[in-house]
Amino acid sequence: MSPAPILAAFRQSLGEAWAGGAGALLPLGFLGGAAVLVPLGIGSDGETLKAVGPGIIWVALALASLVTLERIFQADAEDGTLDLWLQAGAPVSAVAAAKTLAHWLSAGLPLALFSPLLALMFQAEASPSLLVNAGLYALGSLAFFFWGGVGAALSATVRRGGLLISLIALPLFVPTAIFGALAMSGGPGSTGAPLFLAASTLFACAVAPYAMAAALRLAAD
Amino acid sequence: MWSYFANPHKFLRLSDWLAPLFYALAAACILYGLWQGLWVVPKDEYQGGDIMRVMFVHVPAAWLAMASYSALAIASFVWFVWRHELADIAAKAIAPLGAVWTALCLATGSIWGKPTWGTWWQWDDARMMSVLFLFFLFLGYMALRAAMDTRQKAARAGAILAMVGAVNIPLIKFSVDLFTSLHQDASVITAEGPKMAAVYLTPLLVSALGHSLLFGGLVMTSMRTEIRERRIARLRAKELEAF
Amino acid sequence: MSSEARPLLSAIGLGMIRGERVLFRDVGLALRAGEALVLRGANGAGKTTLLRILAGLTRPEAGDVARGAGHHWIGHREGLKPQETPREHLKLWAQAWGSPTDSDPALSRMGLARPADVAGRYLSAGQRRRTALARLLLEDRPVWLLDEPYTALDAEGRALVDALIGEHRARGGAVIAAIHGEAGFAASGDLTL
Repeated sequence: MSPAPILAAFRQSLGEAWAGGAGALLPLGFLGGAAVLVPLGIGSDGETLKAVGPGIIWVALALASLVTLERIFQADAEDGTLDLWLQAGAPVSAVAAAKTLAHWLSAGLPLALFSPLLALMFQAEASPSLLVNAGLYALGSLAFFFWGGVGAALSATVRRGGLLISLIALPLFVPTAIFGALAMSGGPGSTGAPLFLAASTLFACAVAPYAMAAALRLAAD
Repeated sequence: MWSYFANPHKFLRLSDWLAPLFYALAAACILYGLWQGLWVVPKDEYQGGDIMRVMFVHVPAAWLAMASYSALAIASFVWFVWRHELADIAAKAIAPLGAVWTALCLATGSIWGKPTWGTWWQWDDARMMSVLFLFFLFLGYMALRAAMDTRQKAARAGAILAMVGAVNIPLIKFSVDLFTSLHQDASVITAEGPKMAAVYLTPLLVSALGHSLLFGGLVMTSMRTEIRERRIARLRAKELEAF
Repeated sequence: MSSEARPLLSAIGLGMIRGERVLFRDVGLALRAGEALVLRGANGAGKTTLLRILAGLTRPEAGDVARGAGHHWIGHREGLKPQETPREHLKLWAQAWGSPTDSDPALSRMGLARPADVAGRYLSAGQRRRTALARLLLEDRPVWLLDEPYTALDAEGRALVDALIGEHRARGGAVIAAIHGEAGFAASGDLTL
C-alpha cells in the first residue's frame, strides 16, 4: 500500500480548512464567544468561574469540533471528491483518518493551545499546570474529532446534518468529557484519569476510522 | 439456523400465534407483579416507604433498556454481515420500543429519587447517566434512519451507528462508574447470588418477565406491520412500472 | 487483438433496486481492449447507477463485476473543490495516484492553460468539466468510465473528448460512456437500459 493517497487527502483537507484565509481563527472565535457567554449567564463570581472553567472549555471544544466537522464529508459527497477518494487505491479508513487529523490540526489543536488564556479568564492561577491541561485538551479534542467524524460521515448526505451529528456524537463524547474533567479536578480519582483519557482517545483513533469508512461508502452509494 | 428465521413468511406464520401468546402471558405476569408490588409486599422504609413500590416497574424497565439495546446491536450486526432483511426489520422495530422503556426507566427512577434522595435528577449517579446516554443512542439511531432517503440506506446507516454505540457502551459505562454515587449498589444479582429478600425478588422477576414478553410481543407486531408495509411498497412500485 | 482476450471489465447478472423500484435487472457486459460501449436510456433508467456499480462505488443488489484493469472515473460531479485551481487539482491527484507530477501537458491539451490558476468557484461549468477530463491524461489506465462526458462542453470541447477517446482506444484502452444524443465516436456497441 502506497501512502501517497493518504498524504494527498491530508494535504487537501488542510487546504480546505485554511481556505478563505480564516483557518484556525474561526474556531478560535467560536470558542472565545462560547466561553465568554458563560460568565454573562452565571455571573462573575470568581470562585464559581474557577470551578466551572475547565468544564466550560471541554464543552466549547466539543461544540467546536461538531461545528468544524459538519461540512467536511458533506462537501466531499456533494462535489464528487468522495467518489475519487473511494477509488484512490488507499483504504478508505486511512483517508478518513487523514482528513479528520488535518481538521483537528487546523481547529482542535489551536483551540487546545489557546486554552490557558481562557483558563486565566476563568480565574485560574497562572501555573505550569495550565500547560498540562492544554495537553489534556489536545488529547481529548482528538477523540472529539474522531467520534464527531463518525457522525459527520453518517450524515454526509443529510440536509441540515449538523443537528444529527450532535445527537449521534453526544453519547460518544461522554468518556472523554468525564475523564478529561476528572483529570483536571484534582479530586479523588484524578490520578489515573489522564491515562484513561489517553486510552479512550486511542480507542477512538482505532475504531472511528472504520466506522467512517463504512459510512462514507454508504454516502457514495 | 439464521436462514430459517430470515424467512419473512415463516416469521409471519410463527408470530401469528406467538405474539398473542406473549401478550397473554405478559398481561398475567405484569398484573401479578403489580398486585404483589402494590398491595401484598411490605413497604421498605429505608427505600422511601410506599414509593419503593415503583421498583416493580423501574427495575424491569432498566433491564429492558439494556436488553433492547443489546438486541438492537445484535440485529444490526446480523444485518451487516448476512444482509438478512428480517434482521433490519427487527432493528427498526426494536429502536422506538427500546427508547420507550428507557424513558420509562428514567421517569420512574426520577420519581423514586425525589422522595428518597431529595432530587429528581442525580448527576453523579452512574446508572442514571448510563441510561440517559442509552436513551440518546436510541434517539440518534431513530433520527439517522429517518434522515436516509431509501430503506437500504437507512438499514446500513443504522447498523453502523448501532455497532459504534455498542462498542462504546462499555467505555461509557466505565467512565460513568468513576463517579461516586448516592444510589444503592446493584442488589438483584451480585457475585454471592441474589441478596434481596425473596418477598421482593419473586414479584420483581415475574414483573421483569412480563415486561420482556410485552416487549417481545410488540416487537413482533411492529415487525409484521413493517413486513407488510414493505410488501405494499413493492406492489405499488410494480404497479407504477406497469404504466 | 484477439476477441478471446480476457475482458478488461465484465459484468454478469447485474440488478439494482432503489427504494422499492427495480432500476434494471440481468444486465451483463464485457469490455475488451479498443472497445467503446455507449450506455443509453431515458432519464432515471439507471445509467449513472450502472456506471457507479462498474466503478465499484455502488453495491449491486444482484450480479458480479470483474475488473481486469485499472479505470478512470469521470462522474457528473467533477470533484473540483471551490478553492482549488485546475493546476492544483491535477497536482493533487497526480500525487495521490503516485504518477509524475507535471500537469502542464494535460492542462494545455484540455485548453486550460489560461484558467489554470483560477479557483474552481470562478470557472465556468465547461472549464470545470475540462479539468475533470484532464485527469484522464495524468495516468494511463485501460478503462475509462465516463458519465455524460459532453455535458457543458462547447463544440470544440466535444471534439476534444472524441479525439481523446479515439487515441485511448488506439492505445488498447476501452471506454464505457453514458451519453444522451449523438456520440461523436464510432461505438463498438450500445447498451440500452
